[in-house]
Amino acid sequence: MSEKLLEIKNLKTSFRIKDDYFAAVDDLSLSVNKNEVLAVVGESGCGKSALAFSVMGLHTRAKIDGNIMFKDRDIAHMSPSELNKLRGKEMGMIFQDPLTSLNPLMEVGEQIGETLFLHNKALSKEKRKEKIIDLLNKVGIPRPETVFNQFPHELSGGMRQRVMIAMAIANEPELLIADEPTTALDVTIQSQILELINELKDDMDAGIILITHDLGVVAEMADRVAVMYAGQIVEIADVHTLFENPKHPYTRSLLNSVPNANEAQDKLHVIQGIVPALQNLPREGCRFKARIPWIEDSAHEEHPELHEISPGHFVRCTCYKDFDFPESEEEKHGVS
Amino acid sequence: MAFLDVENLKVHFPIKGGIFGRTVDHVRAVDGVSLSLEKGTTYGLVGESGSGKTTTGRAIIGLNNITSGKVTFEGKDITNLRRARADFRKDVQMIFQDPYSSLNPKKRVIDIVAEPLRNYENLSKKEERKRVQELMELVGLSPESILKYPHEFSGGQRQRIGIARAIALKPKLIIADEPVSALDVSVQAQVLNFMQDIQKELDLTYLFIGHDLGVIKHMCDKIGIMYKGRYVEEGTASDIFDDPQHIYTKRLVAAIPDIDPKKRDEQRQFRQEVKAEYEQSYNDYFDDEGLAYPLQSISDTHKVALPEKG
Amino acid sequence: MWKFTIRRILIMIPQIILLSVLIFALAKMMPGDALSGMVDPNVDPERLEEIRDKLGWNDPWHVQYADWVGGLVQGDLGQSFRFKMPVTELVGERIVNTFWLSIATLFFTYLIAIPLGITSGRYNDTWLDQSITSYTYIGFATPLFIFALVMLWVFGFMLGWFPTSGSVSPGLQPGTFEYVMSKITHLILPAISMALITTVSTVQYLRSEIIDTKQKDFILTARAKGASETRVYNRHILRNSLLPIAAFLGFEITGLIGGTVFIETIFGYPGMGLLFFESIQLRDYSVVTAVVLLFGIASILGALLSDIILSLVDPRIRIK
Repeated sequence: MSEKLLEIKNLKTSFRIKDDYFAAVDDLSLSVNKNEVLAVVGESGCGKSALAFSVMGLHTRAKIDGNIMFKDRDIAHMSPSELNKLRGKEMGMIFQDPLTSLNPLMEVGEQIGETLFLHNKALSKEKRKEKIIDLLNKVGIPRPETVFNQFPHELSGGMRQRVMIAMAIANEPELLIADEPTTALDVTIQSQILELINELKDDMDAGIILITHDLGVVAEMADRVAVMYAGQIVEIADVHTLFENPKHPYTRSLLNSVPNANEAQDKLHVIQGIVPALQNLPREGCRFKARIPWIEDSAHEEHPELHEISPGHFVRCTCYKDFDFPESEEEKHGVS
Repeated sequence: MAFLDVENLKVHFPIKGGIFGRTVDHVRAVDGVSLSLEKGTTYGLVGESGSGKTTTGRAIIGLNNITSGKVTFEGKDITNLRRARADFRKDVQMIFQDPYSSLNPKKRVIDIVAEPLRNYENLSKKEERKRVQELMELVGLSPESILKYPHEFSGGQRQRIGIARAIALKPKLIIADEPVSALDVSVQAQVLNFMQDIQKELDLTYLFIGHDLGVIKHMCDKIGIMYKGRYVEEGTASDIFDDPQHIYTKRLVAAIPDIDPKKRDEQRQFRQEVKAEYEQSYNDYFDDEGLAYPLQSISDTHKVALPEKG
Repeated sequence: MWKFTIRRILIMIPQIILLSVLIFALAKMMPGDALSGMVDPNVDPERLEEIRDKLGWNDPWHVQYADWVGGLVQGDLGQSFRFKMPVTELVGERIVNTFWLSIATLFFTYLIAIPLGITSGRYNDTWLDQSITSYTYIGFATPLFIFALVMLWVFGFMLGWFPTSGSVSPGLQPGTFEYVMSKITHLILPAISMALITTVSTVQYLRSEIIDTKQKDFILTARAKGASETRVYNRHILRNSLLPIAAFLGFEITGLIGGTVFIETIFGYPGMGLLFFESIQLRDYSVVTAVVLLFGIASILGALLSDIILSLVDPRIRIK
């Protein structure tokens, strides 16, 4: 089972702001196995999308250090033409907003066909159309022959995301990256799309990186979960451990701040302060320190590392040992 | 008489067509919605995109024209806003979804928050400044920040500026249209808690429009579920979540991702069952046009859109 | 789509009627007429009144308007006093010249705009882009008539590469190869002069369209499919950016009309613009009204063309 498909080693993705580079993904290492869903969770600005884009090589103006080993080849430092042979073939990506992610002036069939054409130019036009219709069927689109000649704006949001998925899986990739694939969709459509991704996963034997901020989606989909804060992984564990026995203060805070439809809560937990902007990220010591000021300084490590506290369960910094939610939370809604 | 009464509200938008651009048909965005709010409570209006929930909220406050129906606020008919008294507009305020686009980026916070004050109250510069500072403190922002511009604040802070503007005139009713949908979970928690706090403090009534059932359940005393411009079900949170009667509601509730990974398979199975039931009994719950039937009471609080028996 | 086109054409009718009323009113409000100043001052004013009566110039305005419109419908634009011939005939000759001048100008406009706009948009914020944008700023700031005069002086008189006036060399037989070549050489300098100035708005428009499209999400999708940069540009960015430019064509025509008045006057090119200029100077109002009316109709047709092109190329409008 645990055959390594992707191994990211010390990845650092930096963006230029004025004259300096700031790392949005900072010294991050993780791996994805075949037939595994790895969820990457965090709030906006934590670097999870920057991570996904780095793997796909979609950053045009970022500085990338470290290695991204995909089937023993380093894709972080590949030439564009080599990378283009992988993208769309061995790696596919699904984006957040299916409306803006599809070319508005191109028919659905042509857009899916492009993925096929780019990686198999020998395929005849008729064969390609056959394959596209097959794909549309596979992702559950009714009347595929009609949809083939339709434009994105003629489809509903759910159908558009199915088209995106058809495009991403057209060449049966081994790695699929889904960046907030259901955030723009209604909840019933979301469950259908997640179901579809699940079915396809079993079918294709692919590794999936699921980027999301929705812990419910994580609980339903993931095998393993990496929680990101300020460009780093703060906790990584298999999904059951993470939900039953979360350790890092950030993971616990997040879980406590979600309104849950299944149980009544009196008050939601609020994390104090705000996520700092990229150029103001704390680069020294525990990056979450400022958000849990009631925890003593000595509880934090000077150079926080990921500690394996049980097999496969890693937590950054030592502050989790002393962490508890404050008893009286006068400032529940956090004065800023 | 309830605090806010909406009776058989209809909002139809014309569809222009033909060579001369005549009205050939109507989009029935809201097609006969009735609801009533009690003072100091939160009423949740839920639905998927295109269900007409936002249009309903906008029609009540007068941002969409009402085709027919009646809106009564504190016993006074306010259906036609042009004739309604000016204080209705003072008493009812709106919070919008996107804190990034609903605040004018070229205005300072003091001007944004003071705008309703300037429209309705004659305050001196000094009084106005003091009021704005009080409001900022009330929403948990530093009173010194009133000279800043919206872009200097985070998403959650901006949404609180929007709330400060909405409560500046001490309104009685706030229509909150997806107030936390654009926010991260921890910021969302902040805004939701805060909305509950000021509700108690100012005795506010909320009409909370949303699509996230977790948030709705957390916030609302009473919930109405809309589908294609009509109600399919209305009831208390436990009516809706523990005892959903309409197949559409069941499907919606079943679709909520469960935060417990252990229940994954159970949940999947449950969804399959609901899906099968939905497909099988669709015709029992919707009329020939695929619209919901009128609501029938099944208990004191619980109403479901079912065809009349017999 | 057809409904849209038909509706769009129907909208034109009131536009054209309104235009004709306006032009008629303006013509009537202008001081003097073709007889004032042109006739021997010793002629008896009563005799002039008689002529005016005979020509119907003293009728109530609506009768005059009806006469005028009646004539228009039958293709009669009145008589030119200066040229002593029917305006229709006069215009007919000139309109062909202006038509070819416009076509040539449009050709050069796009010939310049498309490569410059694409380069500028694709490599934005490089020195190449900066020099192209500098050119567009200069183009915006330079008055057409001064630039045209400079061009005429440099390439017409100093270097002598191009003829300096007329639309064809005299003495050539229409239909011969030399005649056509002469027509073309007479066209090139005025057309390039105008195109160099009018193209700048198209360059900028195309540049901003490309920069805009570059940042769209579907470009990421295309890259994620494994499309090369060249393909991303040709298939996705260019295609999506050129469509609004195509729709801009109609408005370009409207812009040309103003330009032809200057250009034809400066280059002595016998087209509608020159005719317009001369007629105003000579108070030949029947010609002025006819030319203004035709210009107006051309503008309305240009806008129509834009709308139709846009609805043809953009599926979001095409399918409804």
